[in-house]
Amino acid sequence: MNPRWTLLKRNLLDFWQTFRRNRMGLVGAFLVLTAVLAAVFAPLLSPYTPTETMRDAGGRALTFAPPSVHAPLGTDDAGRDVWTQLVYGARISLTVGFLAGFIAMFIGSLFGITAGYFGGWVDNLLMRITDVLLVIPDLPLILVLVATVRQLDLKVSPLVILVLVIGLLYWTSTARLIRSQVLSIKERQYVYRARAIGAGNWHIVRRHILPQIMPLIVANTVLILSTAILIESGLAFLGLGDPTQPSWGTMLNFAFDRNAVTNGAWWFYLPPGLAIIWATLGCVLLGNVLEEMLNPRLASHHLEGEQSIVTHPPAPFPAREGGVAKSDGG
Amino acid sequence: MNRRDYLLRKIFFSLVTLAIVVVLNFVLFRVLPGDPVRAVIGRNVRISADTQQALREQFGLDRPVFPDQFLTALGQWSRGNLGVSWSLRKPVGEVLVAKLGNTLLLIGLGQVLSIILGVALGLLAGWKRKTAVDVGALTFSLIAWAIPTFWLGIILLAAGSTWLGLPTGGIVSPSNVGKPLYTVLPDVAHHLILPTLTLTILYMGEYMLIMRSSIMEVLGEDYILTAKAKGMSHWQVLRRHALKNAMLPIVTLIAINLGFTVSGAIYVETVFSYDGLGKMFQTALVKQDYPLLQGAFLLLAVSVILANMLADILYTYLDPRVKAA
Repeated sequence: MNPRWTLLKRNLLDFWQTFRRNRMGLVGAFLVLTAVLAAVFAPLLSPYTPTETMRDAGGRALTFAPPSVHAPLGTDDAGRDVWTQLVYGARISLTVGFLAGFIAMFIGSLFGITAGYFGGWVDNLLMRITDVLLVIPDLPLILVLVATVRQLDLKVSPLVILVLVIGLLYWTSTARLIRSQVLSIKERQYVYRARAIGAGNWHIVRRHILPQIMPLIVANTVLILSTAILIESGLAFLGLGDPTQPSWGTMLNFAFDRNAVTNGAWWFYLPPGLAIIWATLGCVLLGNVLEEMLNPRLASHHLEGEQSIVTHPPAPFPAREGGVAKSDGG
Repeated sequence: MNRRDYLLRKIFFSLVTLAIVVVLNFVLFRVLPGDPVRAVIGRNVRISADTQQALREQFGLDRPVFPDQFLTALGQWSRGNLGVSWSLRKPVGEVLVAKLGNTLLLIGLGQVLSIILGVALGLLAGWKRKTAVDVGALTFSLIAWAIPTFWLGIILLAAGSTWLGLPTGGIVSPSNVGKPLYTVLPDVAHHLILPTLTLTILYMGEYMLIMRSSIMEVLGEDYILTAKAKGMSHWQVLRRHALKNAMLPIVTLIAINLGFTVSGAIYVETVFSYDGLGKMFQTALVKQDYPLLQGAFLLLAVSVILANMLADILYTYLDPRVKAA
């Protein structure tokens, strides 16, 4: 068998041995996995289509119908099944989130590696760009960008615009993280040795730096996904989603605009929000655990435990008080 | 690098960022969408070609985009002239100033409450690391982070109006408009409860997390061990040695978070129909009122950049160790 494949298999097995003992990580993985499965198998999870209006025996639309056997999560203002919209909405929310997250990860890694590896003015320029992006308030910037692009009347889906805008703006934290890692890795002995025997920049980055930072990139990508899903839901709530392909955020936009709150239709506005929390929380838990496993931090601090530094006081201490009292009495 | 050089560098960087924002604003509005006159007249196609030409000359659109048009725009913006809102038919600057106070009141309240609560809880969590308090605080901040702001607003709106009889939106009840201050103020406070609560929950998590990791870092320093070795109690060590140093990152966080604060205000004001900049931003978006959108963006971006610069300057005075970026 290929030795590299054996090595990879052993590393993955080791990783799984550590990972499966981490309850937070398992919960995160479970949340993410179920959300993805719901999105993939949406047609199997519901007998209806998301745009189908449910009608009673008299043919009237069942608007704002509370949860029942036929519609487990009730219906919306137009009599469409909320559960069906929810599982189909997972497709849109997760696809937009994942695509945007991967674009952000790609740009962030590219900029981070370039800045960290080459240093000098390249580093300075790229880091100043991230500084500028960090300072400009993100939501107003996105809203203005999306509004402008929409005015251009390009024949693209609003979802494509969302993916691009989120992906092109949320790479700064990744870039900074990767850069700091590359800065420390490129100073290691084996990189100097590789250079000494004539390895080129591309070879060093690909064979010596990338494998070192890959785990960190993976962990960070999972965290970026949660941001992307959350941002998408917010933009969709503000009406920037695609009304013909509703994501969870678009559902909440409909619910809010069509007075689900005043109609007491909690089954319309609770589930999409819980679904967003489900997916983002899953990504955050998974990402945090991955990052922790690959990036161990300080284990303890000085004020942990007992007040006094000597944790097991020698025998004379408790006896002294009694001794003092006795001498006072005598 | 001494403090003066550091400050000059920070100020220079802020000016460059400001310039980028101004250019971006200009490019987005004047260049990308094509002809602004077409955009202004929009659906009103019956305007004659002569009038269109006159409008073009009036806006200076017959002259080259750069530098003539750019400099004209720059001059207008610096005098506070941000154009006229299409939907409200009022000068954008006037509209923005009218809404600014309401937004500052809301986010100010939310920030103050979340800083007090976040710092206190973060201190407790970092000090009592790995105890129930810590786990509880971490879980809270994790969930607060994963909750979409607008959804939290909707939930609090539904719960607060159903069970507590709190108002569902606005700043003051229509029946109380124009009444004396002692009737209006309690009503305004009543309307502020739910939006402020939403913002406080939203902002608090991050202050708590930063305070927690900051206090943990400070407690790992050698001078804490020294203080403890002198026989000071935990509380004394925290108050006299740890707190001041651990608070430093909070100062920068307030500034860095301003962008996040603004985002929160847009969502919360939209959900609670709160008559501030955020709600106006959303309305401008829905009505495709580009001058209003651009003016609001310029105002928000410039304020956040200036606030960041102020925080950087303040930081050098608070932390004498600051030497370089």
